[in-house]
Amino acid sequence: MANTISIWERLGFRKASGVGEAGWGHTLFAAIISLIYFLPVLIIILTSFKLQTEALAVPPKLLPTTLFGLIPEQYVFSPTLENFTSVFSRAYVAGGAAESTGFDRFFFNSIFIASTSVLLALVIGTLAAYGFSRYPLKGNDTYLFIILTTRMLPAIVVIIPVILMFRISGLAGSYLGIIFLYTAFNLPFTIWMMKSFFDELSPDVEDAARLDGSSDAKVFFKICLPQVLAGLAATFVFGLILTWNEFLFALLLTGVDTRTVPVAMNQAVAGGGIGVLWGLLAAIETLFLIPVFLVTFFLQNHLLRGVTFGTVKR
Amino acid sequence: MSTIEARKITKRFGDFVAVKDADLSVAAGEVVCLLGPSGCGKTTTLRMIAGLERVTSGDIVIGGKRMNDLSPEKRDIAMVFQFYALYPALSVGENIAMPLHYEKISKPDRDKRVRRVAEILHLTEVLDRMPGQVSEGEKQRIAVARAIVREPNCFLFDEPLSRLDVELRHSMRGQIKEVLSNLSKATVIVTHDQLEALTMADRIAIMRDGIIEQIGTPHQVFAKPANVFVASFIGTPQMNLVKGKLEKVSGAKATIQFGGERVELEVNPAVGSLKPSEVTLGIRPRAFTPVSAGAKDTILATAELIEPMGAETLVHARTPDESDIRVVVPRDVKFKIGEKLHLRADPTQTHIFGEDGKAVRA
Repeated sequence: MANTISIWERLGFRKASGVGEAGWGHTLFAAIISLIYFLPVLIIILTSFKLQTEALAVPPKLLPTTLFGLIPEQYVFSPTLENFTSVFSRAYVAGGAAESTGFDRFFFNSIFIASTSVLLALVIGTLAAYGFSRYPLKGNDTYLFIILTTRMLPAIVVIIPVILMFRISGLAGSYLGIIFLYTAFNLPFTIWMMKSFFDELSPDVEDAARLDGSSDAKVFFKICLPQVLAGLAATFVFGLILTWNEFLFALLLTGVDTRTVPVAMNQAVAGGGIGVLWGLLAAIETLFLIPVFLVTFFLQNHLLRGVTFGTVKR
Repeated sequence: MSTIEARKITKRFGDFVAVKDADLSVAAGEVVCLLGPSGCGKTTTLRMIAGLERVTSGDIVIGGKRMNDLSPEKRDIAMVFQFYALYPALSVGENIAMPLHYEKISKPDRDKRVRRVAEILHLTEVLDRMPGQVSEGEKQRIAVARAIVREPNCFLFDEPLSRLDVELRHSMRGQIKEVLSNLSKATVIVTHDQLEALTMADRIAIMRDGIIEQIGTPHQVFAKPANVFVASFIGTPQMNLVKGKLEKVSGAKATIQFGGERVELEVNPAVGSLKPSEVTLGIRPRAFTPVSAGAKDTILATAELIEPMGAETLVHARTPDESDIRVVVPRDVKFKIGEKLHLRADPTQTHIFGEDGKAVRA
């Protein structure tokens, strides 16, 4: 029976049809490669459930389960949530009362600062990009190039003048200061990204809208913007990831109240003389992954369209 | 009822002159086609009328009002774009309704008008779909529907049929012609397809390198091309254009040396004013009649290639001095390759172009 499809084939265990579909061999290969890349993240997540002794054990404790006797007892650890609770409150002295660590505040700071500055950059950058794309100035490319040059220097090169500017203007340690800085930090990327999306749009559609009676503002909001939603999503996520993980500016320009998670993390795990608290570090990191993971997850369809936008010409 | 007038409009892009001193007037209810090879400035001319490009010099007058400084949305023009330019984020119905939004028409009225044009253009079924989900032919009709849904001063079409396949193009050509004749507005259609222009236009303006070479009815531009370019551009198969030497004219007979021999052709009286000079002889392939024996007024040529085209046969022949001529004969006239042909040209369809390429006519 040449035409019957076995249950295995239905499940995907079949040879590549040769057109547009990978066989199981390729799929397995891709899965192994993906696992290698994902391994560090997996180790972090597993470590967040280990006690300090288990985290440091040799030979390593690999999994929280024996997998039905498949893995010898000595490689198995018993999972604990202790690290997660001690992210937010713990005793600083052995046997002492638990105190708040302030991490709730730091998480709020990270979310607030990153989202506000990325959104702000998106609004300003999108308007600027539309301007650069549709109403080119004399020497348009030069302007764009200058905007990009601000991202050519590593942060550490410009940090001293920036600190001085913040000191003098009194912005150091304030939300406003760090949000402004991150907005400026995100703008070049946003402008370049969004300009490329606007460049891809058919100018005929805008001309048509004008002939139909739209003003320039209506053309932008009603016609152009809906067409670059995928681009907005992609730019937002990339900007968010960059800002979310930023360490150096945050370290030097935020105060006690405005500290972000990467900075707080660094300080929390320095662990007064008893070495790095690996379990705690892993727990903070795991929590730190969640918001970006969620945003990326919910925007992933847009994201894929965003990053592949313009790769196929009409 | 508005008219469109372009008075000596010129468009320069830097040093490049895209359109030069173009004069064009379109009467109310008239359809004028701008026809020419790509890059001849026809689309630029259209965009200047629409207000999408500013004129470098000259005036655009629509309905008796000078429009040079008005932005497109204030000119009250409807335009159909080559790539349709549908709004991708709006449904088909919303696309068609878009121009009405700006006229502040109530929603029930709007819906009524959208439904009416949708019926005219057979789009009722697809009103709720997105532009990405409809066929190429439907996209084209949506673009037309969006243009005719309101009552603009005039219509502009930019290569409206160029993206459709041959069959669809035939049927759309008829549909658009019908829609246009019902609307009776001044209309300009840009096309590079002479068949489209010949079938749809009341008058055709033929452009080359930014200059309008001739404006006339389809019949005029075909029967009386003003110059060598128009003669070669209009008509398939292309008109035969061969260089010759005008030796003398006596009465209606001109003695012309070409094709390696001397022939006496009947020509129009205006040719009599020419001094002996180099001329270009233009004879349409269908204007030749093969005759059995050579005479003073026949041309000798050898059949080189024979292409049956169904109702007719196209014969590529070569004269003794190696110039190629195309002859179309009825399909029952049979030739063999290598056969010597004696061809007599119909004097009413023989055109003489002077040294400057302009037709010599009474």
